[in-house]
Amino acid sequence: MTDLLEQDISAAPPSPAPAATSKSRHRSEAFARRLRARHAAERRFRLAGAAAVALAALVLVLLLGSIVARGGSAFWETRIRLEVTLDPAEVADRNYTVLLRRALHAQFPQVTDRAGRRVLNELLSSGAPYELEAMVAGDASIIGTTRTVWVRADDEIDQLVKGRYRRDLPESERGLSDAKIAAADTLMAGGALAQGFNTTLFTAGDSREPEQAGIGGAIVGSLLTLLVTMALSVPVGVSAAVYLEEFAPKNRWTDLIEVNINNLAAVPSIIFGLLGLAVFLGFFGMPRSAPLVGGLVMALMTLPVIIIASRVALKSVPPSVREAALGIGASPLQTVLHHVLPLAMPGILTGTIIGMARALGETAPLLMIGMVAFIVDVPHGLTDSATVLPVQIYMWADSPERAFTERTSAAILILLGVLILLNGAAVVLRKLFERRW
Amino acid sequence: MQLTLLALILALLTVIGFLAGRSRAAASVGGRVAELHSVPSYHGVYVALWAGLPALLLFVAWTASEGWLVLQLVLSGLPERLTAGDGQSAVLLKADILNLARGIATGREPDPAVAEAARRYASFRDLADWSLLAIGASLAVAGLAWGRHRIGPDLRARPAVERVVRVALVVCSLVAILTTVGIVLSLLFEALRFFAVVSPLDFLFGTHWSPQMAMRADQVGSSGSFGAIPLFAGTLLITVVAMLVAVPVGLMAAIYMSEYAGRGMRTWLKPALEILAGIPTVVYGFFAALTMAPFVRSVGEALGLDVSSESALAAGIVMGVMIIPFVSSLSDDVINAVPQSLRDGSYGLGATKSETIKQVVLPAALPGIVAAVMLAISRAIGETMIVTMASGLTANLTANPLQAVTTVTTQIATLLVGDQEFDSPKTLSAFGLGLVLFLVTLCLNMVALRVVRTYREKYD
Repeated sequence: MTDLLEQDISAAPPSPAPAATSKSRHRSEAFARRLRARHAAERRFRLAGAAAVALAALVLVLLLGSIVARGGSAFWETRIRLEVTLDPAEVADRNYTVLLRRALHAQFPQVTDRAGRRVLNELLSSGAPYELEAMVAGDASIIGTTRTVWVRADDEIDQLVKGRYRRDLPESERGLSDAKIAAADTLMAGGALAQGFNTTLFTAGDSREPEQAGIGGAIVGSLLTLLVTMALSVPVGVSAAVYLEEFAPKNRWTDLIEVNINNLAAVPSIIFGLLGLAVFLGFFGMPRSAPLVGGLVMALMTLPVIIIASRVALKSVPPSVREAALGIGASPLQTVLHHVLPLAMPGILTGTIIGMARALGETAPLLMIGMVAFIVDVPHGLTDSATVLPVQIYMWADSPERAFTERTSAAILILLGVLILLNGAAVVLRKLFERRW
Repeated sequence: MQLTLLALILALLTVIGFLAGRSRAAASVGGRVAELHSVPSYHGVYVALWAGLPALLLFVAWTASEGWLVLQLVLSGLPERLTAGDGQSAVLLKADILNLARGIATGREPDPAVAEAARRYASFRDLADWSLLAIGASLAVAGLAWGRHRIGPDLRARPAVERVVRVALVVCSLVAILTTVGIVLSLLFEALRFFAVVSPLDFLFGTHWSPQMAMRADQVGSSGSFGAIPLFAGTLLITVVAMLVAVPVGLMAAIYMSEYAGRGMRTWLKPALEILAGIPTVVYGFFAALTMAPFVRSVGEALGLDVSSESALAAGIVMGVMIIPFVSSLSDDVINAVPQSLRDGSYGLGATKSETIKQVVLPAALPGIVAAVMLAISRAIGETMIVTMASGLTANLTANPLQAVTTVTTQIATLLVGDQEFDSPKTLSAFGLGLVLFLVTLCLNMVALRVVRTYREKYD
């Protein structure tokens, strides 16, 4: 064979030097042009790919940027300083509104007419008297004294201080009267307006007044809902995955289950809402707007995600582990519980976290089961009426007040923060426990 | 209250059963554990199962049927004049009794017979809960005693326990089928009630959608109009816009990531793109309504076009952005599955990288990419929040993406949010729409999954 090859090579006539002949097609003008065109096409194609990635990144930056720009300021709230004389008679009658107004009017001695005073009254949040009441309830010894208190300002003043009203517009287009702006400017000049960290946003429930609205109730509602989701979907999902991966015979039934799970993973979420409405509310008569029902619906929705992820994790455990366990006399169940499942746990955990993150951000199915109700209280139990964070965002997004736009964005920032934490945890877990067998 | 108490009792008895079973097993062989058939823990679990399982099954069956049974009992005791009415009034009657029994004010003076029924309902429920507590607790104690009695050196505890666990595993995996059956049945039942009022042909081929029903029969426009064509058209329009954004960008991004980007860059790019997939849809809706819609509108005005403030274009673009990572990661997988030898062959013939991709890799990956696009379409059709927040609720039959349209999912959401009467065609029409939505996405998913599966087998 080698002989033959060598013979062939030696027998071949010496090839002519390519550079010498101008007739070679590799040197023709047309070839050079074609090659240039092909290389240009190559560059264009590559550029198009890079542009696609850049476009996606750009949108992401734009989205996050616009939300930060809108919502960052919601973490601060504007307060007004007042010298309140806690007149015992008024305190006994719980006329805290009168006390506050008296203190406010004292700062504007030149305003005496009713219309002017009404403008001043509107500077204060309608929740301010309750703040004062809470203060008095906390320390009864201050009754009868004069105290410097900082109370919450109305949302319009808050937005003005944050520069969200355009002062150069005429009064009719601005949406805020000149008189209020003048009053606020006077307060500001006297140092009686200041911004502080907005704790209300985190502790309060929903409210019609933006400056008193918070996501405290929604956070608790989200937590309760997620708790139910996790308590149901994780044990059921992992058990189903264990059965299908470790014990199930290969027959038509297990095939059916498999096809079912894959299909469920791609069913539109709103369909799960319809299921919850018809079955849990309509058939079983469970309470509307309850985290219990929300959690049930979400559990059914995240179940396929958890099953699929758990099966992948179980599949990646090498068969030798199972064979060794079986070889020393463990039963099939012991093999799975003592050896396979612990090794597959990181993968299962990652899938679970991703499923939970998805459930945390879901809105549409919860609208179906009535979690859109306006709920001021923080829920205390699984059957209390509650709302969740994404639904709260949806409801605030509909509100016309400027300050609600800001609060919506802030709630989105908090939700995204939690989601990024969850997804980050999943990535870290995957990296930490990544194992090659 | 009683149910929580029962749950606590059951939990306690289960733990006691485990400890008792384990110690009795060890005691029965005088501490020489090797003489037992199964290890002592299995004996413990055996007793715990006897203590907890029968009572738990009773508990589940009872709580699922108790409310219904008691209600039937109370209803049968009501005078003829109240129960004689048609389906509508029966539903109302039940709701009244339940509300009164829970102490929720219905806003009007209840009929004395209804108030009496509500009282009876409440007391029956109370009685039933207490008897469940008594029966459940005694069942658990009896089970515990029986299980403990059976413990001995020869008891084959492990196979018995494992059989139970195995049954539990099978039941868990049946939940997926149950969910599907639940979806199909609930959609079908309610949709059939809807189609009893509105003809399916009118629903599927009618061109006018206005589901508002009148309160009185003699009111103007007293019968709603349920022609769903404008909704299908609106869904199609927004889906097309979304796909025009998502498919080219997603596909090019996938090609870039799998063919051009280096390893280091890839490990950063892929998760970064997947952040887009992890953002909740309500956030996209907010972005579409507050940033994209005004932007599209001002661009349109600068071009001299008449753009609605809630246009299908804005919603579609944002939906497309949401779907980009979906398309890109699925296509990325199939492109990576194309064997390197095909590329090497192409390079060997002198093709450039882009020529190889266009003429070898993409044709080889085409079935997978088609499947990815189909899954993406099904996701776009099923997406609710973006359109609900950014494209209005008016049912327009138009092909102009600059106008506001509405989609199937949006209508389902708006029809069912808030207070609704359960028997009106308006409410039921949502289930008709849901059925169509489910069937369409089901078909898309089935075909896509099948394509993916057959394609995968090619190179394995």
